[in-house]
Amino acid sequence: MRILLPMPTAPPLAPPALVPPERTTAPAQGAPPPPAGFDVEHLAALYRQMLLIRRVEEESARAYAEGKIGGFLHLYIGQEAVAVGAIAALRPDDYVITTYRDHGIALAKGMSVRALLAELFGKVTGCSKGLGGSMHMFDKEHHMLGGYGIVGGHIPLAAGVAFASKYRADDKVTLCFFGEGAVSIGGFHEGLGLAALWKLPIVFICENNEYAMGTPLSRSMSVEDVSLKALGYGMDRDRFFADDVLEVEHRISEAVQRAREHGTPTLVEVRTYRFRGHSMSDPAKYRTQAELDEHKKRDPLVHTREILAKAGVADARFAEIESGVEAEVADARKFAAESAEPGLDVLASSTYSGPFAY
Amino acid sequence: MTHSLRFRDALREAMIEEMDRDDRVFLMGEEVGHYQGAYKVSEGMLAKFGPRRVIDTPIAEAGFAGVGIGAAIVGLRPIVEFMTWNFSAVAFDQILNNAAKMRQMSGGQLDCPIVFRGPNASARQVGSQHSHAMEHFYAHVPGLKVVAPAFPDDAKGLLKSAIRDDNPVLVMESETLYGVKGDVPEGDVLVPLGKARIARQGTHVTIAAYSRMTHVALEAAALLESEGIAAEVIDLRSLRPLDENTLVASVERTHRLVVVHEGWPYGGVGAEVVDRVQRLAFDALAAPILRVATLDVPMPYSANLELACIPQPERVAAAVRRVVGEF
Repeated sequence: MRILLPMPTAPPLAPPALVPPERTTAPAQGAPPPPAGFDVEHLAALYRQMLLIRRVEEESARAYAEGKIGGFLHLYIGQEAVAVGAIAALRPDDYVITTYRDHGIALAKGMSVRALLAELFGKVTGCSKGLGGSMHMFDKEHHMLGGYGIVGGHIPLAAGVAFASKYRADDKVTLCFFGEGAVSIGGFHEGLGLAALWKLPIVFICENNEYAMGTPLSRSMSVEDVSLKALGYGMDRDRFFADDVLEVEHRISEAVQRAREHGTPTLVEVRTYRFRGHSMSDPAKYRTQAELDEHKKRDPLVHTREILAKAGVADARFAEIESGVEAEVADARKFAAESAEPGLDVLASSTYSGPFAY
Repeated sequence: MTHSLRFRDALREAMIEEMDRDDRVFLMGEEVGHYQGAYKVSEGMLAKFGPRRVIDTPIAEAGFAGVGIGAAIVGLRPIVEFMTWNFSAVAFDQILNNAAKMRQMSGGQLDCPIVFRGPNASARQVGSQHSHAMEHFYAHVPGLKVVAPAFPDDAKGLLKSAIRDDNPVLVMESETLYGVKGDVPEGDVLVPLGKARIARQGTHVTIAAYSRMTHVALEAAALLESEGIAAEVIDLRSLRPLDENTLVASVERTHRLVVVHEGWPYGGVGAEVVDRVQRLAFDALAAPILRVATLDVPMPYSANLELACIPQPERVAAAVRRVVGEF
């Protein structure tokens, strides 16, 4: 008999959102206080990472509008605390795998802004040589095993990565991110089922941003508490809001520790919100401005900055962080713009290892 | 040194040898362990290697195909058995979107050294959902390799090569071939992917086939011999890569070609062979190339109808008579 985690104590989750504005009552009380005795320098580093992701995404949106980036572009703005907090709970040699909304997660796992922006610009200096684009951010060196474009299709893969860790007894943990839109598809259930059956060292993180493209929770799931899916698989679960990056780190750390020490999986539902549409082509008319404004009051960057300021971080330090981030983004943008496009020679050699099979 | 083995034993010998030499290789699939394999291909392997390396899965093809791919991209070398290739249809997304494209999406950073294998095409009276020739779907996809052996020695040699390949390789077996016996080299003898073999030499016409249809082609060739027609039978063995050199060299000798395969005639491997040969050996051809395929309908259950749908020696011989006689 497995012992299930108790439901989270703070913050209280709002009732199911039939009409989105109704669920904003709980958040208005503000995010939870940071853990007592937190490390200011650590939080400042996390803040810098979140700010970097935010600024890279804003720059990406700008470049997209300028026609520098093609295809789909799914921005992570608003969800930064999830990637940064969760990946802060990992060792560098742990694995991460995610969906097409992958920029923030790739950066948090260590991908350079240069490699990311160059990939978006379709340049050969991109992480995937310009072959992948926005949805396929891979960085083998940092154990970032990619973004995937088919909803739920990467969840069994994630279980396979964790399977390999168990097979080799290498004590690495895999984090698998996906949206709540993936919870309805088979890959989610088969991946979780196998991970639970075989006791794999993995943490499934559902970034519940309330909308599967334009469809709200209330119209896509019969039970809006995603974490409850864990019950049927005898899997541990957790559920909380992603307002506070340290809270995310703390909660994910518990699941990571369980995976590393006991080799068991956890399903974690992290409630978050994307401030932009599903992709650049989505004006997000399915939600109200009031709802968006209410969520923006809970912006994880603003929240973290307030905590840091209260802890004595001076304006000059923030200015230093910001100018450092700006310089990094500007450098990467210049690098991406000036890099060469991939040549045709890259096509065959990236399709097969060894001779082309024709 | 060779020994006589059934097709299924040759496959098992390949897996055992490769698992003995490389701890990264493991076998996963439905009923591969305790049940000893739905078709007894993996019989005894659980006892030999234990549950760490011979892994029974639930009925979740998309799930365990994906698990195999995930394990492969971080350095293991899985053998994933589909109880039949028909069931790979529910894992098609994993093979198409993840296995085949991993190397490309990652800009060459991640390889996917995985083998998917199992029986393919018709068995006997198993109806429309269990008789698919899935190789046509998969051979279409860049990033995959597809092989379809007809004889026990090739089954072993190709499977060993497939396991050592750094790309996803799909091995198409046949339930109706599992009991076929043949001489198989003992030990570490590999058959390279992408090389056809001449299963029978002849001068008047080339019949290209693979998997069970190679045996049908050989039966047809025996029928034709009594009529004074010497048919050369090319066993393609590998569908992607396809050995067009051996095909072209044969057609340059015989000037005529009939392609035989299971699966529907619309598109597919036969159409690919026709395209290559007409492009590469147009001047050598004395007649149009004909294809003999499964009839263009879902597979019926009734035995007489099934026999009529699947290529039989007489239908192959009739096609040969047309290309030899009418032109």
